[in-house]
Amino acid sequence: MTSAPIFPADFADLEPFAAFARPTERERYDHRIECSMAELQAFYDAAFPRIDAAVAYLDQYALDALPEDAQKLMWLFCALVTVSFPVEVWRQPRVPDAGASSFDEVAAPAI
Amino acid sequence: MPHFTKPAEGTWTGHYPELGTEPVSYADSISPEYYERERDAIFGRTWLNVGRVEQLPKRGSFLTKELDAARTSVIVVRGMDDEVRAFHNICRHRGNKLVWTDFPREETSGVCRNFTCKYHGWRYTLEGDLSFVQQEEEFFDLDKADYGLAPVQCEVWEGFIFVNLDPANTTPVREYLGELGKGLEGYPFHELTQVHRYRAEVGSNWKLFIDAFAEFYHAPVLHAKQAVADESAKLQGYGYEALAYGIDGPHGMVSSWGGMSPPKDLNMVKPIERVLRSGLFGPWDAPDIGLDELPPGINPARHKAWGTDSFVFFPNFMVLIWKPNWVLTYHYWPTSYNTHIFEGACYFAPPKSARERLAQELAVVTFKEYALQDGNTLEATQTMLESRTGVKQFPLNDQEILLRHLHHTVHNYVDDYERQAAR
Repeated sequence: MTSAPIFPADFADLEPFAAFARPTERERYDHRIECSMAELQAFYDAAFPRIDAAVAYLDQYALDALPEDAQKLMWLFCALVTVSFPVEVWRQPRVPDAGASSFDEVAAPAI
Repeated sequence: MPHFTKPAEGTWTGHYPELGTEPVSYADSISPEYYERERDAIFGRTWLNVGRVEQLPKRGSFLTKELDAARTSVIVVRGMDDEVRAFHNICRHRGNKLVWTDFPREETSGVCRNFTCKYHGWRYTLEGDLSFVQQEEEFFDLDKADYGLAPVQCEVWEGFIFVNLDPANTTPVREYLGELGKGLEGYPFHELTQVHRYRAEVGSNWKLFIDAFAEFYHAPVLHAKQAVADESAKLQGYGYEALAYGIDGPHGMVSSWGGMSPPKDLNMVKPIERVLRSGLFGPWDAPDIGLDELPPGINPARHKAWGTDSFVFFPNFMVLIWKPNWVLTYHYWPTSYNTHIFEGACYFAPPKSARERLAQELAVVTFKEYALQDGNTLEATQTMLESRTGVKQFPLNDQEILLRHLHHTVHNYVDDYERQAAR
């Protein structure tokens, strides 16, 4: 089972985490709370060391004119931001003591 | 021994003697009857912020705002003359809600050339004039000039659009916002057009959430886990002290230190913050927004350690100005005595690179993680206050002065209104 790569070739190592690359913060957060800590940790461990390379790659382009593969890479690193909280602080996918409360993005600039 | 200077009276609260120092009761936050009184006395007659001018970029741009507490919905629209106006969102024919999409109780926005009622096709211009009546000849002496949309007072201050539902109101919004508002004038809000908006339904009285965001005494404790462990212990040891508080009429402000943007020592912050150079206090590298000097009302103590100011504009609008040139706004829209809709919006300068965009993403997500903790804590507070355990008096410290002031202001508004009504 191989699906077509979605990220630029330089970032082929991140293809296993393609499911994290979602266009909105809301979708990225929803995916985070569906994942186990092991899945979040694996994504974090793979993507975190690649931040500087990804930023350097993305900064070749104007932010509003990213090619499709670069756009997906941008979404993936936005997801790293979302996932950094459970991995670096909470040790669980949800915000502790947040119970069933939700705080939803209703508008954000598109990437 | 305070780290930061207090007024000559020795305390901030003592500087405003009308507030008193005795314990307070939250009876105003657990009673359906009291909420009914607030609706007319406060939401029916104060200036309410319903958006920003950038949300209405061109002629015909409109938005609707549900003002449940004031028992209405308003349309806010930019007319052909570029004027921003507001109207009650009601068709003059049979009272149908005029502007809505799919769900009548949900807010909507867009661009149009006129407003057409879904029910019988009555049409209104962007300036509120009735321009078309279906089968007009069937009516009896109907003069369209008598059936324009019902206007609502609407004024713009520093790009923020306000409405006032009291037709008898004679105070312009600028005057209403008082000295604290004037002290903010000239801040380049219009440069901060990269906006992330959030919304939550919160199971608490609206005032309790303002209380939560009007003091930072809670921050080192409730949000302890947000910092690295050593830093967290240190923060709790210090506790919290503001640089300054200000109160003018019904409005208040708190000015705070902000050592985290950037931190003195990188080991104080989380790995993602170190790499993306951003966090709760915003992106560390401030964009140029043409701000040579802060307006006088921001960082009023002109303290070197300044990080953020929070302005509480009565009744339900907060503006937070952060040192690295970005802004947060909060709105609290009551839907019952123990529920409200909380809105938070982060305003940044448009990012010029992926690095800047990711730094903003981290600031936004950090705000969200904190707000989730705050929101749920409030439900815990609300349920216990409502349990009427016999505990009726609660102490407030000097760093909680804005809470004391908010509840005091609410009581004054309700009492004044009822005194006038009784006359």
